Amino acid sequence: MISTKINDFVVRFANVNGTGSASANALFTKAVFRMGVPVTPKNIFPSNIQGLPTWYEVRVSEKGYLGRREGVDLMVAVNPQSMKKDYADVAAGGFFVYDSSKPLPPGYERTDITHLGIPMTELCNAQYSDARQRQLFKNIVYIGALATLFDIEFSVLEGLIGDQFKGKEKLIEPNITALNLGVEYVKQNFEYPLPLRVERRDLLGDKILFGGNSACALGAIFAGATVAAWYPITPSTSVVDAFAKYAAKYRVDPDTGKNNYAIVQAEDELAAIGMVMGACWNGARAFTATSGPGVSLMNEFLGLGYFAEVPSVLIDVQRTGPSTGMPTRTQQSDILLAAYASHGDTKHPLLFPATPKECFEMTADAFDLTERLQTPVIVMTDLDLGMNDHVTDPLTWDDSRQYDRGKVLSADQLDNIYSNGSAFNGKWGRYLDVDNDGIPYRTIGGTHPTRGAFVTRGSSRDEYGVYTEDGAAYQRNVDRLLRKWETAKELVPPPVFYSAPRLGDADAEKAETRPVGSVRDGVIFFGTSTDSSLEALELLEAGGITLDAMRPRAFPFGKAFREFVDAHERIFVIEQNRDAQFRSLIMIELGTDASKLISVLNYDGMPITADNIFRQIRDRV
Amino acid sequence: MTYIRSTFRHPALPKNELGYTVDYYEGSLSTLCAGCGHDSINAAIVEACWQLNIEPHKVAKLSGIGCSSKSPAYFLSNSHGFNSVHGRMPSVATGANLANRDLTYFGVSGDGDTASIGMGQFVHVVRRNLNMVYLVMNNGCYGLTKGQDSATADMGSKSKSGSVNLFEAIDLSSLAIELGATFVGQSFSGDKEQLIPLMKAAMKHRGFAFLNVISPCVTFNNNVGSTKSYDYVREHVQVTGTVDFAPMMHEITTSYEAGSVNDLLMHDGTEIRLHKLAKDWDPLDRISTINAMQKAKAKGEILTGLLYVNQDANDLHDVLSTTDKPLNSLPQSALCPGFEALEKFNASLR
Ligand SMILES: Cc1ncc(C[n+]2csc(CCOP(=O)(O)OP(=O)(O)O)c2C)c(N)n1
Ligand code: SF4
Ligand SMILES: [Mg+2]
Repeated sequence: MISTKINDFVVRFANVNGTGSASANALFTKAVFRMGVPVTPKNIFPSNIQGLPTWYEVRVSEKGYLGRREGVDLMVAVNPQSMKKDYADVAAGGFFVYDSSKPLPPGYERTDITHLGIPMTELCNAQYSDARQRQLFKNIVYIGALATLFDIEFSVLEGLIGDQFKGKEKLIEPNITALNLGVEYVKQNFEYPLPLRVERRDLLGDKILFGGNSACALGAIFAGATVAAWYPITPSTSVVDAFAKYAAKYRVDPDTGKNNYAIVQAEDELAAIGMVMGACWNGARAFTATSGPGVSLMNEFLGLGYFAEVPSVLIDVQRTGPSTGMPTRTQQSDILLAAYASHGDTKHPLLFPATPKECFEMTADAFDLTERLQTPVIVMTDLDLGMNDHVTDPLTWDDSRQYDRGKVLSADQLDNIYSNGSAFNGKWGRYLDVDNDGIPYRTIGGTHPTRGAFVTRGSSRDEYGVYTEDGAAYQRNVDRLLRKWETAKELVPPPVFYSAPRLGDADAEKAETRPVGSVRDGVIFFGTSTDSSLEALELLEAGGITLDAMRPRAFPFGKAFREFVDAHERIFVIEQNRDAQFRSLIMIELGTDASKLISVLNYDGMPITADNIFRQIRDRV
Repeated sequence: MTYIRSTFRHPALPKNELGYTVDYYEGSLSTLCAGCGHDSINAAIVEACWQLNIEPHKVAKLSGIGCSSKSPAYFLSNSHGFNSVHGRMPSVATGANLANRDLTYFGVSGDGDTASIGMGQFVHVVRRNLNMVYLVMNNGCYGLTKGQDSATADMGSKSKSGSVNLFEAIDLSSLAIELGATFVGQSFSGDKEQLIPLMKAAMKHRGFAFLNVISPCVTFNNNVGSTKSYDYVREHVQVTGTVDFAPMMHEITTSYEAGSVNDLLMHDGTEIRLHKLAKDWDPLDRISTINAMQKAKAKGEILTGLLYVNQDANDLHDVLSTTDKPLNSLPQSALCPGFEALEKFNASLR
């Protein structure tokens, strides 16, 4: 029996990398979005430019579940290489769409699914003479077919094609023709629509469909970053690509045509972070984007930045391990690497966005934080967040917001210090803690002819920046850095708390609070584990298991974080790595007993699913 | 080591056009070994900046790690300095320069800092023609880690412990020219007369000015058999007699013998005068320079002076078409597109 599923199913497209399927598949996602229905696409792609299998999975969810879900209800299988497995992956009662230009070989005789053969190659060969067009439009043909099968309004697709080819109107007509080939074939050969259906709703309000990498880039633009230095690495490359695109749009001086920004493709990640530090040291806002292997290379500079107190923003789009690991798969596995990067006693503020909106906001915040705290700040996103589109709340910017440039002394302020005495007792010292918050006052080169110059170096200096290898001076300095760390705890974005039953949105402002401690056990998750965790909490709640939830958005952990941990008997820590790194971080920083923190892990390189979290917690409660 | 510097200043100490005496350009006391070549070079930097009437706070001093890289503390105490990471000064200088194109960037490095750990960054900063002076204090060894051979040690050169270097030396000046450096000079820490005008020209050059200055390490590499010892260098510089290509600011006279003269206009309107003594070698012609350097190498000579200069190349800011104002001075209004633009952007994502 095939049950009817309105706005609640998963479609997977199995394609060959490099055949133009990406934009066609994105068209499908966008069409569902424009039907007013929550939708989540996931790219599952190989480290390859052409030829290997690639998948694109779309979850449609009336209830607004935006995490990945197990089980494929409809498979579009157009890759012979992976067909056998794709066929097996279709859930019972599901649908298998394939190119029937050639008959299916033996072995494709499941009786629990419905086969929908569409002769895509044949249709395209008859319509187009150019080989590339035949190839590309095959993808559009199946999108047209799906639209009819799912009952998606054709005008929505027309609108999207119109938007996509604005300025290239010549391309509109052949695309519409290809869509119609699919539409007509379905109408003549199958019963339609299917029991899987998209029905128009108004569930999205003013939400947008946006990717995390682009959002980080736009955050950097709004926050006034003028220097970007980087070295290409998946999945972070599109951060700087997007920055370049937005900078060309928003940052070209209208009078001179010259750029109010500079982007350098560095020779490696060491140089990239070095350039960022040089620029920040000299008073500009600068950032780099990389992934795990790049963070490894940046370690020495991150240590220098910590000790010499040089701001810099690093966006770590995490992925699965080394270059020959699974660079195109997602993970949250740089947590410890980033938190304690480098030599000596170092630790760095980390921000954990969970949505593209937060990518935008936290990247912008990172520039304020790094200058306020005078230490490198790392934005921890990942491939799932960065390289996939997500339904997210519209980006906002408060025009009254002023950049927080932190404690930077102007020429006048320097003169004042020397003439009036002030808190400095008449003499500025680069590493003096006059405000007792651990944060000293810095100066930028070129500010004052005779005041404020010093040589920046690691830690072999005293409060006045004067060279010394005196142990007591060293200790005073690193103890002050700990005071600064305490200050950081309440400056970084606070955690978000969720209470059952309706946990709702990943969006911070919409999360509800209830008195912490009224429920015995708690759960902690962050970043891209959020959507699936919230869904799993609802599944658990339905099964009679109620848990309090906290989503930390930053490291170091502040007072609210500690209170949550203290208030619960057991805490499940959900994260996407093997070694329970976030759990370790809690144990190290809070001294929490290991037995109290129970790990819920996923580390196969695929985004964590609600079903997976649900099973792991249910089995242990 | 001189730890006590006299505070006595002769009242009649000459002043430069800005009204500063030369001590205004000094740094803190050096902690390098007495007689270390690096200290002479630092003294030359002080003198050159004083002569050039530079505002010290308009200079940024950058370095990597090593005895040589400690230098920024020893000159221009009114300039900001950054003693950064071993071999990574070029990247820090690149970022700093992108942030504020209005300062003069003076980078100091060692042969270990540049030719080994920092080789990757060195070659790329040359390619980018970053507007800076990049000075290598070249002693053929790692001073700060106690005398190991560096990659610029000549094959066959003997270290203090008596071991012989068995590897081919990297010739940084040839390499820089090969990579498109737009100003390459070579000199010797013991030859102030040549070094100061060379530094001045380098600071006036717009683009990447590379100075490879042989700077003997008295503690670890000044022994008989070392090709970077004072004695060896003096002999070989004299023998080849090619200390003749120093650029002169027009107001400076030197004792170098006059030959054919070529005046070169720098971007800010000052001139340097090339005194050309060798035939077949024109510092404005890259191929002739490469030929001369190859010939000298074959003869075991050390060429000093301005080896090559090209005033016409675009620097990194030109290439990136950055605005004329320093990026670090742009106000929020020039940087942030604001709410209205964001609303339009949101609309494009629905
Ligand atoms: C990453 C790293 N590796 C090694 C060192 C140790 N180290 C300090 S200075 C130096 C060599 C410096 O040689 P050079 O640049 O020639 O400077 P010199 O002391 O000869 O002037 C080394 C290897 C370091 N500081 N950092
Ligand atoms: S060890 Fe050599 S290079 Fe270092 S200060 Fe002493 S003489 Fe100079
Ligand atoms: Mg050396």
